[in-house]
Amino acid sequence: MAKLTVGWFTFTCCEDSTIIFTELLNQHWQDWTKKIDFKYAKTLRRSVDLGPMDVAFVEGAISSVKQSQKLKQIRSLAKILVAIGSCAITGQPSAQRNEFNQTQKAEIKTILERFDYADKVQKLSDLVAVDHSVPGCPMDEQKFLSLINKLIHAPN
Amino acid sequence: MHQINLDLSLEEISKIEGGAGLDLTIRNGQVEKLNFKITEYKRFYTQAIRGKAALAAPTLLARICGTCSNAHILAAIKAVENAFKITPSPQTLILRRLVVNGLIIRDHALHLYIFVLPDLFQKDSLLDFDDQDPRQHQLLHDAFAVKDAGNNLSILTGGRSVHAPYPTVGGFLKFPDPEKQKEIIAKLTAVRPAVLNLIDTFLKAPLNQTQHIPYLALRGENYSFLAGQIVSTDGINIPSEDYRGQLNRVDLPYSHASAYTYKKGFYMTGALARLNLNKASLNPQTQKDAAQALQKFPSDNLYHNNLAQAIEILNAIDDSIAILSSTSFNPEPPVKPAVISGTGFGVIEAPRGILYHRLTIEDNVVKDAEILVPTGQNQLNIENDLKILVNRKLQQHTGKKHSGSGRMDSPGVELKQELTHDMEVLIRAYDPCMSCASHFLKINWN
Repeated sequence: MAKLTVGWFTFTCCEDSTIIFTELLNQHWQDWTKKIDFKYAKTLRRSVDLGPMDVAFVEGAISSVKQSQKLKQIRSLAKILVAIGSCAITGQPSAQRNEFNQTQKAEIKTILERFDYADKVQKLSDLVAVDHSVPGCPMDEQKFLSLINKLIHAPN
Repeated sequence: MHQINLDLSLEEISKIEGGAGLDLTIRNGQVEKLNFKITEYKRFYTQAIRGKAALAAPTLLARICGTCSNAHILAAIKAVENAFKITPSPQTLILRRLVVNGLIIRDHALHLYIFVLPDLFQKDSLLDFDDQDPRQHQLLHDAFAVKDAGNNLSILTGGRSVHAPYPTVGGFLKFPDPEKQKEIIAKLTAVRPAVLNLIDTFLKAPLNQTQHIPYLALRGENYSFLAGQIVSTDGINIPSEDYRGQLNRVDLPYSHASAYTYKKGFYMTGALARLNLNKASLNPQTQKDAAQALQKFPSDNLYHNNLAQAIEILNAIDDSIAILSSTSFNPEPPVKPAVISGTGFGVIEAPRGILYHRLTIEDNVVKDAEILVPTGQNQLNIENDLKILVNRKLQQHTGKKHSGSGRMDSPGVELKQELTHDMEVLIRAYDPCMSCASHFLKINWN
């Protein structure tokens, strides 16, 4: 059986689900490394040019046009895209600036302009089609395990 | 003289916590510009926390960073308790010490095994280690066993290794299961030999770059991460609430995170600083079994930050075994606030160094906050160390050219690859955390 080609991507968030994922490796690494090629995961290996993949796990909300373009590229290359954790699924809490009052907005205006932030922080489904979601802040471990086992055995 | 001109831009540095990049310009064989850029987009927590209930602040502020979340929870709890004049119970202080120990084991092990070890073995990833090679096989298996022990200690005491649900203002919401306590002691004891092997691996690591700078750390009893005063190798000794006044903020137009200077210069906080200042208060068993490695400290070799982290894993294990073997935990309610307004300071040692939370609270509501994280404090020093590294490599490269021993048929490509690799290795030695560094905004724009 061919290995499942997987990418793990992080946008604007605290990366809590990445940490949970690395802790899940403690128990599952021997099994997963036989069945999964973690091809794009900058936590685990050097970044390379993106290519086709079976599954993209995407953590975090989208803060800029640059991030939006990268997300759309990932979507175009992945057969399945999974939103991981609260920021990816709902935008929050990374999207808290969307709710700021005028005083707070004035305080952050300069930095938003300097680094080309988008006007609003968006959740993944605002921009691309999402096939599965693993909710939680951090992600629910059992739901993630259930999904990845399903994808290993029936990737399409 | 051979004149090297080169432009190099790294958009995404791998195997670190969060996003960082780097722009390097070399002209006439010297570094003209080197910008270490923290590229994580801000989430503006110091704005967002205003107006929130003080008792909920630790849970929200933990979301600044996944990997350091339990450090942020404990610092924010300490700040709220300081404002509310709460004195936590002795049992609470012991449980918090165990939460920190779990964090130190888990977080340092992630960094050393997953991020740094591949550099020492010229591999891209720990997962590429050769399972047939006895040494690589051992380290590969050790990596996940040590991380697992730390993760389970965090779950026992904090409820989870990320965004721990049990610690709260005034105490804890749940307490360790005595039967699980025995399991964790066994797990921690089982991985001790692996950690001694890890210490030996980093003791023998060949990398060396020195820089004589001040090192700053919290100093308390028993190598405390949670209590004490701020001390430095140049003689400072101040209450932790006065720490912010010792630092000056620096705006870097190319970085999403603020940087800081101490006495208008570079300084370092983190495991190397702690070992340089506090090795005498390590657990006695750690001092005995890591004696050879401890002779290296105090050290100005930045790569000894990783050796210090490995020793701190052993200390966290030994401290936890000693506590769990001699302590029964009993449920107790959180201590109630004496007042509901005030300014509180929570200064602790996070895995990467001094973490400072200041919360101003009125009638249970947060009015203002300031948070300083270790990576922001180390940012300028990382950048300066990178410049020293690159200039040293350029001198070596020029020497090779003159002696005829270097391959100079395509020096640009060769040099870029070498510099890219060596700069990434140096950055990883610091174990920076970009999620933390870009959480907030406190800038006066001119």
